[in-house]
Amino acid sequence: MKIHEYQAKELMRAAGVATPDGIVVSTPEEAAAAFTKLGAPLQVVKAQVHAGGRGKGIAVGPDDDRDDALLVASGKKERKPGMARGVQLVKTAEEAKAAAASLLGKTLVTYQTGAVGSKINKVLVTVGHDIAKELYLGLAIDRAQQAPVLMASTEGGVEIEKVAHETPEKIHRETIDVGLGLADFQGRKVAKALGLEGKTAGKAAALVKALVKLCIEKDASLIEINPLIVTDSGDVMALDGKMTFDDNALFRHPEIAAMIDTDEEDPAELRAAKSGLSYVNLDGDIACLVNGAGLAMSTMDLIKYHGGEPANFLDVGGGADKNQVLEGFRILLAEPRVKAVLVNIFGGIMQCDIIAAAILAAYDEIDFRVPLVVRLEGTNVEKGMAMLSESGRPIIVAKGLTDAAQKVVAAAAGK
Amino acid sequence: MSILVNKDTRLICQGITGKAGEFHSTQCKAYGTNLVGGVTPGRGGQTAVGVPVFDTCVEAVAKTGANATMIFVPPPFAADSIMEAADAGIELIIAITEGIPVVDMVRATAYLKAHRPNVRLIGPNCPGVITPGECKIGIMPGYIHKPGRVGVVSRSGTLTYEAVWQLTNLGIGQSTCVGIGGDPVNGTSFSDVLMMFQKDDNTEAIMMMGEIGGNAEEQAAQLKKDGIVTKPMAAFIAGQTAPPGKRMGHAGAIISGGSGAAADKIAALEAAGILIAKSPADMGVTLQKALKG
Repeated sequence: MKIHEYQAKELMRAAGVATPDGIVVSTPEEAAAAFTKLGAPLQVVKAQVHAGGRGKGIAVGPDDDRDDALLVASGKKERKPGMARGVQLVKTAEEAKAAAASLLGKTLVTYQTGAVGSKINKVLVTVGHDIAKELYLGLAIDRAQQAPVLMASTEGGVEIEKVAHETPEKIHRETIDVGLGLADFQGRKVAKALGLEGKTAGKAAALVKALVKLCIEKDASLIEINPLIVTDSGDVMALDGKMTFDDNALFRHPEIAAMIDTDEEDPAELRAAKSGLSYVNLDGDIACLVNGAGLAMSTMDLIKYHGGEPANFLDVGGGADKNQVLEGFRILLAEPRVKAVLVNIFGGIMQCDIIAAAILAAYDEIDFRVPLVVRLEGTNVEKGMAMLSESGRPIIVAKGLTDAAQKVVAAAAGK
Repeated sequence: MSILVNKDTRLICQGITGKAGEFHSTQCKAYGTNLVGGVTPGRGGQTAVGVPVFDTCVEAVAKTGANATMIFVPPPFAADSIMEAADAGIELIIAITEGIPVVDMVRATAYLKAHRPNVRLIGPNCPGVITPGECKIGIMPGYIHKPGRVGVVSRSGTLTYEAVWQLTNLGIGQSTCVGIGGDPVNGTSFSDVLMMFQKDDNTEAIMMMGEIGGNAEEQAAQLKKDGIVTKPMAAFIAGQTAPPGKRMGHAGAIISGGSGAAADKIAALEAAGILIAKSPADMGVTLQKALKG
């Protein structure tokens, strides 16, 4: 689960990671008041959306050309006057108000959101600081190390993927022992790798230690501070903050779970999650409902292999009972672009006749507006297939994966 | 011969009194697995699936001589159960549970490395391990398997069943099928299982099903490329159409930071001389082709 920058900074501040003062607001008037309250001569108004690339992102209204905005946000085209960036510097309360007005209620298009963009409901008004150095800090679970790994780099303010690709030697890595947290010597190594000295090095080491503790305590799967800045006076602070949490651990962090912004999530994905289904929206027109994640991914690949375009990933779990199939169908059919549906179930311990009964029951409860192709495999498969063929409903029964894919691709094409 | 499990395996189930634990323990027993007991804290002295239930693993091992465990304990407590089994001296731990917090698995794997380095953990979030005709530990349907000489290893459940079923229908039996699980931090990697199959006299060829996320497939390919694994291999990689940054069901199935894409894995496997099934419908025939050389 992802959270906003302002939420990440609240968690960081509470954990002892220095961040610039800031106030999150949802109206231009509040932005002006926040500017006055913060009282600093230079402040920044930042759109709060989950996607990265906000600084170069462009806020668009309903009538603006989003594809054009995406070209600008991706650096492929010059910014035209009047196009509002996702992050703006302001020097007066009036400017803060105007900046907030140019963002709130608009959609921010960045290279990460694509042309669809992300709705801006809140902006963060935050104090600007003089910057002596821009650094990078990241924390993620490393699969090979089977541990969190801290990444620190002197190359702050740019995309870390780019640094990792072009100059990997500029990223310093520390493997974390989750029982121990960050050892003091590791903190000193990190500060050294960041080229920091004296009191500033001590401050950076303490900040990194606090960040590691926060990561472990709250089950964060990813933390990024880009940039981490050193001010002219030698202070170290997180100018930005990005945090993602392990969904499997949210049960023990209700305060984090409550930070979810449902506007940022795909409504179909949220709905599926509520029923214990795993769903991901894609661009194609052939929907699929499958049991098991690996088989669900393979079914998408299979559709593509036979010339179709998958509309989604949907894993109904190992079993596939009637209620899950029913809710799965409802979610799939709610997408207007869907032209055909493929059900691919490997019954295994579940018997195919029971699955066929679940499909028929679900079929009858909704208005099935597109062709349905079903492929079953496993115990009692003949009985299950016969139930579908003889049901009197226009269900296309397939034998084997290839037959299923060919039939659903043809059905989607109206053949 | 086979790897990991055989007719001498003495199995307990942690979480045997839960719905899934009881159901699958019954299925394993019916397949012929030597189920000798179960563990559920607070239920010691009871009987489930016809075997005694104990409060602790150490007691279960002392009373039954168990050398393997199958874990169905709910996610918040599952990592603790893994450590408990290791502490009790159980050599093979098969964790079926899905949804264990990753930090818990970081702790559990670190505990094993530090205190019980000889314990083999399979999973979590996996279908289990089966040596056809001898021993089934996990949730896979037994009847789709056929005893034989192909080793099967996979990160996913139903996709493995699909591959095994294709093999069986071609008349190709399996030595052992291992589900290593779909989580980012797990006990056993593709490379670990490939090494076991390489050393197993009864395994003639290897079928591997990978998916997006991480680079375990690339590491496995390297073993083949370096000539450490010499047996014929076929592979399929799921998620060629998956978008970056999206988790596809499994906690570990995500393309992130420019790594973990299916195309990179396929390229690495092909470069190592491993035959790739282009369609999931062709997994069995691709292995057949690999066997023929």
